[in-house]
Amino acid sequence: MSEPPLITTRGLRKSFGDKEILRGIDLDVHAGDVVCLLGPSGSGKSTLLRCLNLLETPDVGEITFAGKRVRPGPDADTHRRQVGMVFQRFNLFPHLTVLQNLTLAPREVLGLDPAAADTLARALLERVGLGDRGQAWPHELSGGQQQRVAIARALAMKPRVMLFDEVTSALDPELVGEVLAVMRGLATEGMTMVVVTHLMSFARDVGKRVVFLDGGVVVESGEAAGTLDAPRTERLKEFLGHLV
Amino acid sequence: MSGGTWGTFATEIPRALAWTAALTGASLALGLVFGLLIALLRVGPWKPGRVLSALYVEVVRGIPLFVQILYIYYGVGYLIRQWHVPSPFLSATVAFGVCYAAYIAEIFRAGVQSVDRGQSEAARALGLTRRQTMRLVVLPQAIRNVLPALGNEGVAMLKDTSLASVVTINELTMMGRTITSLTYEPFLVWTVVAGCYLALTLPLSWAVRRLERRLRVRAAAHHD
Ligand SMILES: Nc1ncnc2c1ncn2[C@@H]1O[C@H](COP(=O)(O)OP(=O)(O)O)[C@@H](O)[C@H]1O
Ligand SMILES: [Mg+2]
Repeated sequence: MSEPPLITTRGLRKSFGDKEILRGIDLDVHAGDVVCLLGPSGSGKSTLLRCLNLLETPDVGEITFAGKRVRPGPDADTHRRQVGMVFQRFNLFPHLTVLQNLTLAPREVLGLDPAAADTLARALLERVGLGDRGQAWPHELSGGQQQRVAIARALAMKPRVMLFDEVTSALDPELVGEVLAVMRGLATEGMTMVVVTHLMSFARDVGKRVVFLDGGVVVESGEAAGTLDAPRTERLKEFLGHLV
Repeated sequence: MSGGTWGTFATEIPRALAWTAALTGASLALGLVFGLLIALLRVGPWKPGRVLSALYVEVVRGIPLFVQILYIYYGVGYLIRQWHVPSPFLSATVAFGVCYAAYIAEIFRAGVQSVDRGQSEAARALGLTRRQTMRLVVLPQAIRNVLPALGNEGVAMLKDTSLASVVTINELTMMGRTITSLTYEPFLVWTVVAGCYLALTLPLSWAVRRLERRLRVRAAAHHD
């Protein structure tokens, strides 16, 4: 029958100081799914995403990846290799060229030899439409180009899932499309993705499922288009209403 | 004004300059290596290391450099005299290195903390270990940011090597004392000594300021 999920969280809780940000999150992400996380600012979307690759350590609850329990500590580095992440503010390494941004982790973490890492990086740059910018420095690129490099950099580790945290929020409107196009392409190729976004059209068209977070809990979740067109809870209705 | 004084300068200045340069270079190298180690302990995950390095910085910064030099050459030198005759050059290098390491550690620490947290998060998200992240992502940016501050430490160190005359190293200041006692022309001698220091420090300070400007321009480009 149906395969077990690639990622699960059960009863995930996380506090900063005395503020409880995540208050018991259960989430299933199946291989090939595109799950869009929606919710008002401060609802804990980033925190949840960062728990999935252990950039944050959950206080309570468990995470599994490919059937295995994920724990902080020495195994966290191994886990992170398989989970790509793209940030709102790109976070490219400014002291490295675009190509070096892509080859760093494959060489240092996976032990690829320089030639192999180079070939891999060039292919990925080609794929995000920046095949000719390998020798450029990050600051010489537009925001949209930098974000595409950041996606390619994450893909260079051949991750099994990609996490996107509001990756178009810092971009000028005219640069949003080129980044979304790359993400759309990834989804089409069957990449498993968890996407925090405020772009409802993207969630509806590309998302397979949406998960609506508010006050640190999952208020509503379901198939993307159906849920967005006919929300069952007042809070999601209100949230979507505010966005229009 | 005697021609003999100028003749003495002609042979002694190159020798003294060499000692000053050697002492500055060796002390700076030691201070940089030691300072980096202390800074890494200070920002690292190991609690005792953080405490010890903080303590080190406080203690060393609380003692005058002059006293540290005397402490190591005469004080520690006295303790170990039966095994080892203390060398003035080595003693002074250790004293300068140990002292400047404390200040340099603080500079490195500030440099590491000036690197955006997003940088190490991006590196960790790619699967790099803590150490790899520090070595390959954070430190290169931190060091670039603090190069001017390190340059200033180098200039300060160069001037402070004049204190080494107290342990009989024949650097510029010691040379001045020696020649004065031979020629009785203190004004001339100390003017020349001061000029020698200026000839070294002015170009260095100028180079540091130039570097600072260049880095500022580049930083502006990064944050456009
Ligand atoms: N490292 C942190 N330390 C303290 N508070 C934090 C930290 N990270 C996030 N928070 C707080 O947690 C809340 C939820 O943050 P976040 O997960 O970023 O929400 P969202 O991404 O949905 O806007 C916010 O109020 C934020 O200030
Ligand atoms: Mg967020």
